[in-house]
Amino acid sequence: MLERPENAPGSPQDDRKAVTQPVAFRGAGFAPKSGRYSGWIAIILVIGLWQLAGSAGWVNALFLPTPSAIARAIYQLAISGALWHHVSVSVMRIGTGWILGTFAGVIVGFAIGLSSLARGVGITFISALFPIPKIALLPLLILWLGIGEEPKIATIALGVFFSTAISVYSGVDQVPRNLIRMAQSFNVPFATIVRHVIWPGALPSILAGFRITASVALLLVVSAEMIGAEFGIGAFVLQAGNLMQTDQLLAGVVILSLFGLAVGRLINWLENRLLHWR
Amino acid sequence: MDLIADHISHRFGALEVLDDVSFTVSSGEVVAIVGPSGCGKSTLLQVLGGLLQPSAGQAELRGTPPPGSLNPLTFVFQDFALLPWCTVEQNVEFVLLHTGLPATERAAVVADALRRTGLTDFRGAWPKQLSGGMRQRVGIARALAVRPAILLMNEPLSALDSQTRELLMEDFIGLLADGAMGAVYVTHNLEEAVRLADRIVVLSRRPGRVREVVPIPLTRAERGDIHARGQLLALQGELWSLIRGQAIDAEREMQHA
Repeated sequence: MLERPENAPGSPQDDRKAVTQPVAFRGAGFAPKSGRYSGWIAIILVIGLWQLAGSAGWVNALFLPTPSAIARAIYQLAISGALWHHVSVSVMRIGTGWILGTFAGVIVGFAIGLSSLARGVGITFISALFPIPKIALLPLLILWLGIGEEPKIATIALGVFFSTAISVYSGVDQVPRNLIRMAQSFNVPFATIVRHVIWPGALPSILAGFRITASVALLLVVSAEMIGAEFGIGAFVLQAGNLMQTDQLLAGVVILSLFGLAVGRLINWLENRLLHWR
Repeated sequence: MDLIADHISHRFGALEVLDDVSFTVSSGEVVAIVGPSGCGKSTLLQVLGGLLQPSAGQAELRGTPPPGSLNPLTFVFQDFALLPWCTVEQNVEFVLLHTGLPATERAAVVADALRRTGLTDFRGAWPKQLSGGMRQRVGIARALAVRPAILLMNEPLSALDSQTRELLMEDFIGLLADGAMGAVYVTHNLEEAVRLADRIVVLSRRPGRVREVVPIPLTRAERGDIHARGQLLALQGELWSLIRGQAIDAEREMQHA
């Protein structure tokens, strides 16, 4: 054992004579918390500044209409019925494409996650086709399916399908193997393991995938409507831009943003309902 | 019902893990498996429980399972392996869903298993709300629900603090007291092995071979007596002297791996 000489620096006798001082706190920071109202306050401030800049004539209203002008444009669109018409057409396209893509993606994702044959074949195809921007296929899909709703819905479905399949098989891969071994050790049959172990275990990844595919669907519907549609939010935004109706254009952008927010809230609600055990 | 390890060998690729391991766990008997780290204890348990196909040899069951047994060979896992999306009650019920038991009977079996493990008041709790000891109790309740002939326990106490370990050890001793269930108990902890087992199989370092089988010459009831403590400590010392040299070699081998 090491011994220190008496009264040497650091020895108990020496320490007792020294001046005491509090131990400095050094554990602060690295624990950010989101304030309840800070985000809303920031948005209100930005909108207020924006309104002030427009009303005071600091920015040209043609290039950046004021928030009040955008709100007026939304109100006029709403009372004329055009808003509902454009939104309902876009929602129909997004909804149909998203459901089709998700349905196929979940089936293929589970097959890849559970079967060696499907994994061997599926991952190769997905790796090859996933990077293709799906909007680039729209002209081809128009040739195949005609100029109606089908090519737009198919574009959305394709975009949603690949992301869904990837998030589903990643989710299946992430299910802890010890839980599957546990179920097997109790002779639990394959279908029960899939239903009670794999499905809930993969659900966090699947729902995270839904968040991504909702954005993909929104992006693709706007792109597809800008390329070849008479109605829909994307077509409306493009027409407003062509006519330099920037208040209408931004009204369309605000509606898209609200739609994205609503979908995000829906997925939050689903996560709270289905993943409350986390 | 007896469980027989019949010349079991196993290799993972070029790595030979088990070599010609044979022993029998008789009905109601508790056999502990000890050995240096990496000697293949957990691999052996997986082979015995049918979760791993051995490279050679096989695990066999002899005799008929006890009446009402739904899963004669039942694991208790080191990491508890609870479904985090199921409550305590649902975790226990999960292993009965496929058995064809009617819902009322299932509920009665679950209630009985929870009562035996002191979990009745926690039946609606989620795994994340439970301490490590309580989670392992759920693992034990789940095992009891299928009325096993032999429990396969893989380091069931190693993830727990010392006080919880002691409490659960008392529970194990109580559960195994009547000899209705046998057990294979894999552990690093020689004290646990000496307190619980009827026989201790000592494996050599990798590839694990049966180096020695040490019988414990006291009943589990006798081992609780203060006067038996010296004898148990001597046995523990004897086991440690068997393992120590190889444990040091295994440790060095792992550091160089």
